[in-house]
Amino acid sequence: MAILVNKNTRVVVLGITGGAGSFHAKQCMEYGTKIVAGVTPHRGGEKWEGKVPVFNTVGAAIKETGADCALIFVPPPGAADAIMECADVGVPLAVCITEGIPTMDMIKARRFLEGKSTRLIGPNCPGIITPGECKIGIMPGHVHKPGPIGVVSRSGTLTYEAVGQLTALGIGQSTCIGIGGDPVGGMDFIDVLTEFNNDPKTEGVIMIGEIGGNAEERAAAWIKANMKKPVAAFIGGATAPPGKRMGHAGAIIAGGKGTAKEKVAALQAAGVAVAPTPADMGETLKKLLK
Amino acid sequence: MKIHEYQAKQIFARYGLPIPKGYPAMTVDEAEQNAKRLIDETGTPVVVVKAQIHAGGRGKGGGVKLAKNGPKEARELAEKILGMQLVTHQTGPQGQKVRRLYIEQGLPIERELYLGMVVDREKRRVAMMASTEGGMEIEKVAAETPEKIHTVHIDPAIGLAGFQAKHLAFALDLQRHGKETVNEFVKLAIKLAELFVKEDCSLCEINPLIVTKDGHVLALDAKINFDDNADFRHKEWAELRDVHEEDPVELEAKAAGLSYVSLDGNIGCLVNGAGLAMSTMDIIKYFGGEPANFLDVGGGADEKAVTTAFRMILSSPKVKAIFVNIFGGIMKCDVIAAGVINASKQVGLKVPLVVRLEGTNVELGRKMLAESGLRIESATSMKDGAQKVVAAAGK
Repeated sequence: MAILVNKNTRVVVLGITGGAGSFHAKQCMEYGTKIVAGVTPHRGGEKWEGKVPVFNTVGAAIKETGADCALIFVPPPGAADAIMECADVGVPLAVCITEGIPTMDMIKARRFLEGKSTRLIGPNCPGIITPGECKIGIMPGHVHKPGPIGVVSRSGTLTYEAVGQLTALGIGQSTCIGIGGDPVGGMDFIDVLTEFNNDPKTEGVIMIGEIGGNAEERAAAWIKANMKKPVAAFIGGATAPPGKRMGHAGAIIAGGKGTAKEKVAALQAAGVAVAPTPADMGETLKKLLK
Repeated sequence: MKIHEYQAKQIFARYGLPIPKGYPAMTVDEAEQNAKRLIDETGTPVVVVKAQIHAGGRGKGGGVKLAKNGPKEARELAEKILGMQLVTHQTGPQGQKVRRLYIEQGLPIERELYLGMVVDREKRRVAMMASTEGGMEIEKVAAETPEKIHTVHIDPAIGLAGFQAKHLAFALDLQRHGKETVNEFVKLAIKLAELFVKEDCSLCEINPLIVTKDGHVLALDAKINFDDNADFRHKEWAELRDVHEEDPVELEAKAAGLSYVSLDGNIGCLVNGAGLAMSTMDIIKYFGGEPANFLDVGGGADEKAVTTAFRMILSSPKVKAIFVNIFGGIMKCDVIAAGVINASKQVGLKVPLVVRLEGTNVELGRKMLAESGLRIESATSMKDGAQKVVAAAGK
């Protein structure tokens, strides 16, 4: 009961010997995720934590361990390159946590991904979790609970908030994905909603958007035409002033476009139940299930 | 990050984009000297005195004036503009003080066009847009007459292709000025595209791009915004920064690795994560309060950064109540608690404080706050916290 990742997913961690990479790889492992390899250039041949083999390249790690998912903690200057390295050797799924990658680097990386089989989640995101099976990212695992609801979000902590509300209501989650707060990233709302739509175990979806860009409007049009399951949504930033970057590089109202009002209207027109406040995401979804 | 027109034009010049001749001036004396120098060098008596602030609409606001009668007139205009509070549609009603001028050669203008570049998120490419409606607010053109904006998308592996630049040139009807005008535009567009990528821009605008009476194409204005994420590979940006154009509190936050935006209300907010920080503002407003700031301490902040963040909120005279809203993931609740306690000891806590902690190490964080002796109202949820802080600020 999940999309993209499950208990059999074998993960290679890029940047496993760094501070963030090491800390979170350990947390993922404790959650039950199969961390089978690490990659840090010039550290090939070492064992991380005395057990996980470290390789110089992603290609070598895949060949030796059969990893089928990459978790990327490489710092911004080399992160887009790491994404391209994963795509070059055909890793099916790359999850990039790194915050602060230059947009120009991501545009090149996206170009590199064209025509290749690798799917990208992120960057600047919390990652992906299938509760009870595996956690590939930096989210607090303990707030999650296995169940029928898919969660997809542009924001990290707001995802935890939604998940926390669901769990408190006794509603579990199938898979939760943070797609990231950058202007140019990997999978978008439509890509993830498509997966949830096709997943027999997902019965409903919470979608969390924010100001900036038009990804929510495009998702609304897609939902209207294709979605077979109920969707609840929240859009962050209704009170954000125009022209100011609200933390995420992607969260900015430019030229009067990308406001929360437009996004809420588009979603409501597509039959999506929009939560009036971020504290009502769980309740809004619960009402749809009745 | 934003820079001034004259700085953008210096970058344009480095890439060989045609610009009018001009010199920056920080004083009235300098303005007069540079006007004289320009008149001597160009042989034309007309110069333009342009206010340099980080906002558009300067002409309409009275920040751009033509001097037709030599250096003395340029001086008089400079006296008026330098030091004025320039109000435009982008500055807000309080305006922005003019501290720098740009003295530029006047040119006989035949047509005013628009050329701009942005990142198109949907296409995941850089887009170049051209319009015949130069000199106007491009947002207005886009809203009212979108058919007048012509767009091409740039393949990052190729750069702007010649045919794309030609497509824009013909869409702008440049052929009516002659073949050479089309060629000049094509060269300019290709160089601008190269600049955008190499200099890590998030926005480039030439508004207006002019065609002179004798058929030459020049950038009469220049606007560049940089992608802050790329600052690690652009050490030169530090020198281009004009701190007078930025909010001092936002600068302090940035130095501490925090993301901060000043707002007009009276409820200070300390939140982890951009999305949660934005929605915390939203929910405060929903319950009738007004946030004083957006503050995202991020995931990787240490105790020192949290202390700085909380001290900034405590030091703001407009803050009547504070809401700390944390859902710890990477951020640990005990780190937040330690920062809040430190800052309160340093500056003193004189306003009501509502704290909602959830997530990683939450028990430890709550215990630390409870034992700190600080007067804290704890909240069980985001909604509970928002309602409590709005009530506290209203008292």
